[in-house]
Amino acid sequence: FYLTNVRTVLFFRAVESQNEGQCSPVDSLWRRYSEFELLRNYLLVTFPHIVVPPLPEKRADFVWHKLSADNMDPDFVERRRIGLENFLLRVASHPVLCQDKIFYSFLTQEGGWKEMVNETGFQLKADSRLKALNATFRVKNPDKRFTELKHYSDELQSVISHLLRVRARVADRLYGVYKVHGNYGRVFSEWSAIEKEMGDGLQSAGHHMDVYAASIDDILEEEEHYADQLKEYLFYAEALRAVCRKHELMQYDLEMAAQDLTSKKQQCEELATGTVRTFSLKGMTSKLFGQETPEQREAKIKVLEEQIQEGEEQLKSKNLEGRDFVKSAWADIERFKEQKNHDLKEALISYAVMQISMCKKGIQVWTNAKECFSKM
Amino acid sequence: MSCLQDTSLAEANSFSPSMPISPSSMINQYKFEDEPELKDLFVTVDDPESHITAIETFITYRVVTKTSRGEFDSCEYEVRRRYQDFLWLKSKLEEAHPTLIIPPLPEKFVMKGMVERFSDEFIETRRKALHKFLNRIADHPTLTFNEDFKIFLTAQAWELSSHKKQGPGLLSRMGQTVRAVASSVRGGVKNRPEMFAEMNEYMETFSHKINILDKIAHRIYKEEREYFNEMKEYGPIHTLWSASEEDIADSLKGVASCIDKCCKATEKRMAGLSENLLPIIHEYVLYSEILMGVLKRRDQIQSELDSKVDALANKKTDKDLFSEEIGKLEDKVECANNALKADWDRWKQNMQYDMRSAFTNVADNNLRYYEECLATWESFLASQTVDHHGEEDSEDRP
Repeated sequence: FYLTNVRTVLFFRAVESQNEGQCSPVDSLWRRYSEFELLRNYLLVTFPHIVVPPLPEKRADFVWHKLSADNMDPDFVERRRIGLENFLLRVASHPVLCQDKIFYSFLTQEGGWKEMVNETGFQLKADSRLKALNATFRVKNPDKRFTELKHYSDELQSVISHLLRVRARVADRLYGVYKVHGNYGRVFSEWSAIEKEMGDGLQSAGHHMDVYAASIDDILEEEEHYADQLKEYLFYAEALRAVCRKHELMQYDLEMAAQDLTSKKQQCEELATGTVRTFSLKGMTSKLFGQETPEQREAKIKVLEEQIQEGEEQLKSKNLEGRDFVKSAWADIERFKEQKNHDLKEALISYAVMQISMCKKGIQVWTNAKECFSKM
Repeated sequence: MSCLQDTSLAEANSFSPSMPISPSSMINQYKFEDEPELKDLFVTVDDPESHITAIETFITYRVVTKTSRGEFDSCEYEVRRRYQDFLWLKSKLEEAHPTLIIPPLPEKFVMKGMVERFSDEFIETRRKALHKFLNRIADHPTLTFNEDFKIFLTAQAWELSSHKKQGPGLLSRMGQTVRAVASSVRGGVKNRPEMFAEMNEYMETFSHKINILDKIAHRIYKEEREYFNEMKEYGPIHTLWSASEEDIADSLKGVASCIDKCCKATEKRMAGLSENLLPIIHEYVLYSEILMGVLKRRDQIQSELDSKVDALANKKTDKDLFSEEIGKLEDKVECANNALKADWDRWKQNMQYDMRSAFTNVADNNLRYYEECLATWESFLASQTVDHHGEEDSEDRP
C-alpha cells in the first residue's frame, strides 16, 4: 500500500495493494492524523515489549527560517505524508505487529474502526504515568541491559536533537550565502549597459549567479528528507524508553509482590510461634490491651496462609511474565538495533551523496561564471 | 607650464639603456620579450612598525625602491613613511596634475567599525593599499616621473620634512577644489564637449553600481562567515554521537571529518574574498569619487576659459590683452582635456583588467572550495560502500 494525501483537511488515503487476500473490497480509505495516533497508542499498550515505530511530528519542529512552521505548508504536509506512510510500512514489515487485526482493519475498514479500537478497552490496560514514574525511581534490581538501554536512548535523543538544531542553523546560513549571490545578477546587468567590451561577460555571468542562487532551494528541500530520517530515530528513542519503562514497572511490581509475600510469611510465622520479631502497632496494642484468643489467632493464620498461597502463585506467574517480557523485548530490541544501524548508515551515505551533488552543481555554475568573467 | 609636461607622453616611456645596471636591481625585473614597456622602477611597501611618542602613536611603513633610472642617484632606496606622508604625496600629485587620475589612498578612518584602528588586520589592509597606491603611480606614464614622487621614495625623514614645508601647500589645493565644487554647484559647464559629457554620465552610473557591488561583496563575506561559524559546531556533534554507537561509529566519525574539512575550505574561501575582491571593489569605489573630482576640475578649467570668452564678448577695450589671456587658457583647456582623455582610456583598460582578474579569482576560489569538498565526500562515500557488502542504496526508503 501507499499513502496519497489530498485535502487540506489533512485526511490521508491509505491505498492498499492488491495482494492482501481478505474479503474487504475497499482498496482505499481516508484516515486523519488523530487516527494514526489512536492506532499507535493501541499498539503501545497491546505490545509493550515491542519498540513501536514512531509517528512523524504533528507540528513542524527544528525549522530554519525559510521553512515555515505552518502546519498547512504544502512541503510540510508532504513530508508528513511520507512520514505516515513510513510508519505504516514499518508496522506492516514488523513480524509481530503486522498480524494485529486492528492494524489490518485500519488499512481496510473505513467506518467503525474507531469504535472497534475503543472496544478493545486498551485504554484501561494502559499503565498510569505516575505508576511508571514511581517504578523508575524505586525499582531495586532492574535488568542491567535495560538500564544501559535507557541511558543509550537518552543519549541518542539528546545528540540527535542537538544535531538537528545545528543542522537547521547551518541550512539557514547556507541559504543566506547562496541567495546573496543572486544580487549580483541585477547589478551586473545594469553595469553591463554602460560597458562596451565588458558588457557581455558581465551580463552572462550575472545569469549564472542567478542560477547559483536559485539552486539552493532544491538542495535544502532534499536535506529536509534527511533530517526527517534522523527525526524518526529521535522519536524512536522515546519508543525504546517506553519498553524500558515497562520492564521497570514489571520488575517493580515483582519486587513489591515478593516483598509483600515475605512480610506475610513473616507475620504468619510470628502468629504461629508467638514471637514478635518485627515491631508492629498491632503487636503493641495487643500487648497493651490484652492478647487475642487462640481462635482469633487461628483465623488470622488461616487467612494469611491462603493469601500466602495466592501470593506464591502470583509471584510465580509474575516471574514468568517478567522473564518472557525480557526475552521477547530483548529480541525486538536486537531487531531494532540492526534496523537502526542499517538505516542510519544509509542516511549518512545519502547525506554524503547530497553533498556531492551540491558540490558538482557548484562546480558547474562557477566554471560557467569563470568563463564569462574571463571574457570581460 | 606643467601642462607641457603632461602632453609630452612620448618622453614618458624613455629609458636609458646605456646606464650601468647594478645586479641588485635585476631582481624579478625584465621580461625582455614579453613586455613592450620595460619596467625600471620597483616599489614595495612592507614592515609596519609602531612608534610611540609623548604626543601620539603612529605606524610607519618601510618603502623599498629599486630602480635603474638615471635620475636616481642610487639604484636602491629604503625609507620609512607614515600615512600622513602618503596623503602629502597624493595632494602634491593632484596639484601638479589636476586632470590626471591619481590613484586612491586607503581611508583615514574605518567607518564600518568592523576593525580596530591599530589591529593587525587594519594595518595589513592599509599596507596592501599603500603598496598598490605607489605601484599605480610608478606604472603611470606621467606620474612616475613626478619630482615629489621621487623625493617621497628617496628622501630621508628630515629631508622630506623640510621639502614638505616648501611649496604652495594645502590652502591652494583647497582653493582649487572649492572653486571646482562651486562651479559644479552652478550647474555644470555650458560647453562641455560630448566626450566629457559621456564620461560624466558613465561615471555616475559606474559610481552607483560599484557602490552596490561593494555592499553585495561585504554581504557575501558576512554570510560566509556566519556559515563558517555554524559549521564549526556541526562536525563535532557527529563525533560526540559516535561515542555512544558501535556499528555506525566509523560512519559518524567519517561524516564529522568531512564536515570539518569543508569548514576549513570555507574559511579559505572567505579569506580569498577578503584578500582580493573586497579590496579591489573598495578601491574602485574610491576611484569613482576621484574620477568625479577630476571631471569637475576639468569643467572648472573650461569654465575659466568660458567666462573669460564671455567677458571678452562684452568688453570693447583691451582686446589684445584679453586674447593673449584667452590663448593661454585655451592651451590650458586643451592640455587638460588631452591629459584626461589619455588617462581615462588607460584607467578604463586597467579597470577592465582589474575587474576581470578579481572576479575570475572569486570564481577560482569557489571552484577550489567545491572541488575540495567534493573530494572529501567522495572519499567518505568510497570508504562506506567498501564495507557495504555490495548493497545498493535502497530506493524504497522514503
